[in-house]
Amino acid sequence: MNWSKIYGLSLRHIYLIKSSFPRILDLIYWPSIQVFLWGFISEFFTMNSTYYSDAVGVILTAAILYDFLFRTSISYNMMFLEEIWSRNFTNLFIAPIKISEIITALTLTAIARASIGLFPAALLAVPFFGVSLLSLGPPLLLLLISLYIFGITLGLLVTAGLMRFGPSFENIAWASLFFLAPLGCIYYPIEILPEWLQIISKCLPLVHIFEEVRSILIYDTVNYIQIIKAITISCFYFMLGVVIFYTSYFGAKIRGTLINIGE
Amino acid sequence: MKLEVKKLSKKFNNITAVNNISFIIDKNSTMGLLGPNGCGKTTSIGMMLGLIKPSEGEILFNGTKADTANNIDILSKLNFASPYIELPKKLTVKQNLEVYARLYGVKNLNLRIEEISEDLNIGQFLNKKNGELSSGQKNRVSLAKSLINKPKILFLDEPTASLDPDVGDFVREYIEKYKKNNELTILLASHNMSEVERLCDNIIMMKEGSIVDRGTCKELISKHGRNNLEETFLKIARSKNELV
Repeated sequence: MNWSKIYGLSLRHIYLIKSSFPRILDLIYWPSIQVFLWGFISEFFTMNSTYYSDAVGVILTAAILYDFLFRTSISYNMMFLEEIWSRNFTNLFIAPIKISEIITALTLTAIARASIGLFPAALLAVPFFGVSLLSLGPPLLLLLISLYIFGITLGLLVTAGLMRFGPSFENIAWASLFFLAPLGCIYYPIEILPEWLQIISKCLPLVHIFEEVRSILIYDTVNYIQIIKAITISCFYFMLGVVIFYTSYFGAKIRGTLINIGE
Repeated sequence: MKLEVKKLSKKFNNITAVNNISFIIDKNSTMGLLGPNGCGKTTSIGMMLGLIKPSEGEILFNGTKADTANNIDILSKLNFASPYIELPKKLTVKQNLEVYARLYGVKNLNLRIEEISEDLNIGQFLNKKNGELSSGQKNRVSLAKSLINKPKILFLDEPTASLDPDVGDFVREYIEKYKKNNELTILLASHNMSEVERLCDNIIMMKEGSIVDRGTCKELISKHGRNNLEETFLKIARSKNELV
């Protein structure tokens, strides 16, 4: 891996963000709106639910973490779509860079983009709703890592689809996370789901992450096995995502779609 | 760098886009790739640039067959300019050149950007966003990007399309001058026949995926009994599908 090339590719996206205030605002705006929306819902449930009464802000914490996953995945997709929209795709793929370097650059830049949204949202939750992500303690870092890996994986799968099916796959990019949300048990315990759906849900890292968040905030217990399970599942999907991305790239070379994807 | 294409074909499902083409471009020479729209020029260039996997045949750079193992090494010696692909519009010219200089592993990149900016007279808008440039300015920036790594082989796809005669002439003159001072092999796809006559040492005529004729400009004009390359092109393009 050539880190100078990875830096060069990341620089393209850093320049893009730096050059446009509306872009920065867009990155901050939606997570902040989520904080207020889920903050008020969270307060309502705290006042009217016995389940949540002992842990103010369980829903809000889950909402912020889910938004981090959403932003990571969307950031990854957006950076890839930017190349298609700007008709720069051919320039990029004829440059002497390896696919692994492109994946690494997008992965590293996605965390920067997602963090721009995460930090202000997390900070806003403290004075307005008295909710701090830090109340999750040291496991927070591991939970964020797992969400980040899974977010990147979803980004990889969508970009693989973009290479396979072209820009028309764009709509799937926006819909992918909404599709997984009901199965992720972000705002409710897994027992709510029918049994057959619980089996499918357990194959996703989201269930283990958000069950653990509730366990820490409501019962004050940390189950590191659950966290390791979430990271392991995320890593498995990430590796699968990389394989699918490579397959899609070589398939696009055979079909000749790399040369006219932006047209 | 010498480029050799051997029995190259590309089929998309049952459609043959490129059919068994072979040619050699000697080091430091310019080959014109001519043919009507849809004749397989872009697909051929795509295969040479590694964007499209050939169905059959091989491409050799200085005698070395291009494959996935040496792809990065070969790509670092090539570059491509076309008005149909663009650089990111929201980045300034300088930022774009810096990004591509890094991707091509250019050493002393600031010096190289300064050098190429001066040569192509783009220094005055280095800090302007690419999307704010005129077509002529964009074209020169695209050419600057394609020369940022001092390529050994340059692929040009209609480099002066949509340019006014003055800018078009500037670009052609610059390519001639650059080639004189640097070791550079060029494959030029163009519909501008006077440009081809001016820049190319040899010409390949393609039609429906196959090479139908080849030779120097003078040879082709005299062979077909026409007055210039434009008339020769029309004769070949409108002829029936026999190899000439």
